[in-house]
Amino acid sequence: MGLANISATLLEISFIAYLVATAFFGGAVKGAKSEATYRNNKWGTIGISITIIGFLTHVGYFITRWIAGGHAPVSNMFEFTTAFGMMLVGAFILIFFLYRTPSLGLFALPIAILIIAYASMFPKEVTPLIPALQSHWLTIHVITAALGESILAISAVAGLIYLLKNIDMSKKSRQRFWIEFVMFVIMLVIGFVLSSSTFKLAGYEAEFDYIDKNDKPASITYNYPPLFGMNESVAKSPDTMKPWVELPAILNGKTLTTFVWSLFIGSILYVLLRLIVRKRLAEFVQPLAKRANSQLMDEIGYRSVLIGFPVFTLGALIFAMIWAHEAWSRFWGWDPKEVWALITWLFYAAFLHLRLSRGWEGKNSAWLAVIGFIIIMFNLIFVNFILAGLHSYAK
Amino acid sequence: MSKIKCQCGHENPFGTVLCEACGRPLTEEAEKSQVVDMRYEGSARRSQTYNKSIIDKIWNFFSSVKVGVSIIVAVLVTSAIGTIFPQKLYAPVTSVNATDAEYLAYYEKTYSFFGTLYYKLGFYDMYNSWWFKILIGMLGTSIIIASVDRVVPLYKSLKKQRTKRHVSFMKRQRIFGEGKAADPDESLMKAEAALKEMKYNVKMEDGAILAEKNRFSRWGPYVNHTGLIIFLFGVLLRGIPGFYVDETMWIREGELRNVTGAPGYFLKSKDFKLETYTKEDANAVFGEALDRNGPIVKNFQTDVTLYKEKEGSLPGSEDLEYVKDYSIVVNKPLKFDGYNVFQMDYRLSELKSMTMQLIEKSTDKSFGEFTIELDDPKGTYELDNGAKVELLEYYADYDGIKDGEPVSKSPIPNNPAFIFKMTTPEKPKGEKSFVAIQQTLETEENAYKVKFVSADTRDISGFTIRKDKTLYILLLGGIIFMIGVIMGSYWNHRRIWIQKGADQQLLVAAHTNKNWFSLKKELNAVKDASELPAYMDRQDKESKDERQEGAES
Repeated sequence: MGLANISATLLEISFIAYLVATAFFGGAVKGAKSEATYRNNKWGTIGISITIIGFLTHVGYFITRWIAGGHAPVSNMFEFTTAFGMMLVGAFILIFFLYRTPSLGLFALPIAILIIAYASMFPKEVTPLIPALQSHWLTIHVITAALGESILAISAVAGLIYLLKNIDMSKKSRQRFWIEFVMFVIMLVIGFVLSSSTFKLAGYEAEFDYIDKNDKPASITYNYPPLFGMNESVAKSPDTMKPWVELPAILNGKTLTTFVWSLFIGSILYVLLRLIVRKRLAEFVQPLAKRANSQLMDEIGYRSVLIGFPVFTLGALIFAMIWAHEAWSRFWGWDPKEVWALITWLFYAAFLHLRLSRGWEGKNSAWLAVIGFIIIMFNLIFVNFILAGLHSYAK
Repeated sequence: MSKIKCQCGHENPFGTVLCEACGRPLTEEAEKSQVVDMRYEGSARRSQTYNKSIIDKIWNFFSSVKVGVSIIVAVLVTSAIGTIFPQKLYAPVTSVNATDAEYLAYYEKTYSFFGTLYYKLGFYDMYNSWWFKILIGMLGTSIIIASVDRVVPLYKSLKKQRTKRHVSFMKRQRIFGEGKAADPDESLMKAEAALKEMKYNVKMEDGAILAEKNRFSRWGPYVNHTGLIIFLFGVLLRGIPGFYVDETMWIREGELRNVTGAPGYFLKSKDFKLETYTKEDANAVFGEALDRNGPIVKNFQTDVTLYKEKEGSLPGSEDLEYVKDYSIVVNKPLKFDGYNVFQMDYRLSELKSMTMQLIEKSTDKSFGEFTIELDDPKGTYELDNGAKVELLEYYADYDGIKDGEPVSKSPIPNNPAFIFKMTTPEKPKGEKSFVAIQQTLETEENAYKVKFVSADTRDISGFTIRKDKTLYILLLGGIIFMIGVIMGSYWNHRRIWIQKGADQQLLVAAHTNKNWFSLKKELNAVKDASELPAYMDRQDKESKDERQEGAES
């Protein structure tokens, strides 16, 4: 058994550990009467222990893959996203020992699990580095940036808990609508993971030749039954579904197909769950957030932005500029990924100013934290797949 | 402007909200408030005090955080719009000096109506547009004015704060408690010791304690703003000629060329290499990836020698001295005298020379071979048996015949074509022939022809040459920003006030600029060590409820 296989197994172990730990944190939250009584709850202690075991195997995955490939495993979508999930758990463990809040684990771990599941939908093989990536700055820049983003993500988790606890679910309001929308988006991610792994297990593939937006011939392989065809596409594999419509060259039919399938499966899942629990999903999970102390969640949300912001600046902007200068001869080139890192930075700068000087606390602050996480995810997912630029290594 | 004299005797600048020395509220509003606004210590900020002249109005506009955040959001939104379609820089428009019409055509063709709109609104070159530059300028102005407006009064009031604060100040803090103590003096002594233990700076006078720590973290925002201003200043300097060189050059294998933008320096390209990972010699774990993706590039490299014009030699005399050999690869630019030469592009297999032979059509008899160096074609090639071939015309990049004349698209030998005059003892007047790749044209039937034998090719490397004197300024700005942001984020300014009130009373108040959780933890420790009265956090209602809940259960 090679190192690469050991690495894959370790990742699976940590995935399962996070699932089990979530259940224990759930027990801790359910079993306690209030924030004050559940801090040193037995269930919580078991939960954090299992989380730490999962984190250690996750780090084990990272190190063994690093040794196997000879470079830091942060060079494509699968590797980066998995590392991001690992650091999210690490940041959670750190915050847990500062504040001792099982509620945070109950929400942070499922998000980490989703992130890892999402990552696993991408090609997992170890890939050699192209010349632009052969630099020690790959290790330094990407790891620091991911670390900063994961700490910032903790603030979104705390914000989410704050909102779930404090939004009145019995009355119609804008906030109640948007928190439900956040729940729906989570269902879409699950929809993506379910549909993608189903078709992958079934071994579905459909190959097409098409003409790209620069009028060059190209070919593409769909892993989903193609709903949308590429520009002037011609099917190469027999017995596959004929696309409903053909898209103009600037739109990627494969990406849209994946999105629509995820939307479809995610929506079904959402409707089914609503029918089963007979409540809004946000209302359904609200009891899990009820034990959390609002003031503390607000504090964690703010504190993690404070801790994460300098790390993010260093990794995603300063180290990025130094490397860009070495590799591409300019420290800044308005590449979409660069611009979105700047946007993320500006957003959190605005967050801090609103908080410090304009007294945005509580719900306002929590919403901002959630939006910040959406921007980070946007930069990770949409910028890679839609706004192709120099950073799109991972398609 | 008149000063405000507080009851404690301290003279405050006009506009002060809380007395710098004792903290007594000086305005009606502050007096009415339950919890006093402690940002900037209630000091007299210019922007909150004057609003008469134009300068006041401009100052007040830019010092407002609301305005600052609005500018940040405006930059954020414009930046995002700039990523919807590729910027001008990344638009795959073929010619180097493309005209506006070509760009318009590209956006129109690729993105139809929205592309045209994007172009027309100027979004296709967002980051060089005047409005984007104005926004950045406004951001810089806002950073400077908002910082100065706050840092000076904040510094003064923190410097002038007195150990003993007025009761009205204590009572209006977010964390406040009062109660009877068995022995106030002993409590104070114990508190002093406990606070010192926790690395507080403790001052005690007149039955009052002021414990303070990490005041420096209050300067973090102003330090990081200074870093940002230095960074923006560096960016501004790039507009000045001489601070910034950005050139490109193409160099062929074997060629010696002046380095574009670096007078006096020459580069000779010895070899260009493009290597790919192969399943045979790459790490075995890459096998799967190579199977799925096909070949993956491993290395782009140009081996060069750098020369320098000898000192005192005439410019252009090419009296050169050797400097160094270097292999330029991606991520490892050649560095000399502040210049960086980057491996950016390449073209493989450009024709270097073509070898031909002259043959007699009827017998295929050869008169020998000759080689044409395409960048320096000679006029006449002497062959065996008194035969010779004269090169009358050379078209490096043959593009068909226009108006009866062959034309060349460019000086690059992509598709070379020649007009030869072939002379032999049998045909002393000579015959003319037009020869292009896989094509021979004759005005009348010839007895001889020039036949292609072989060709030599060479690779071309594309370099970018940069010299950027502002980099160190930018780096300095970045470092100062990081120091400031770390100062401000990882430490908190905490103060705890304890003082004796009337008949055995003790008053406790505390303030921090952030992280109240840790402040309360420390305060609890002091409270336990020195029997202080219980306090209340007036913003945390839940904990109190929970504690009561806990007590009931």
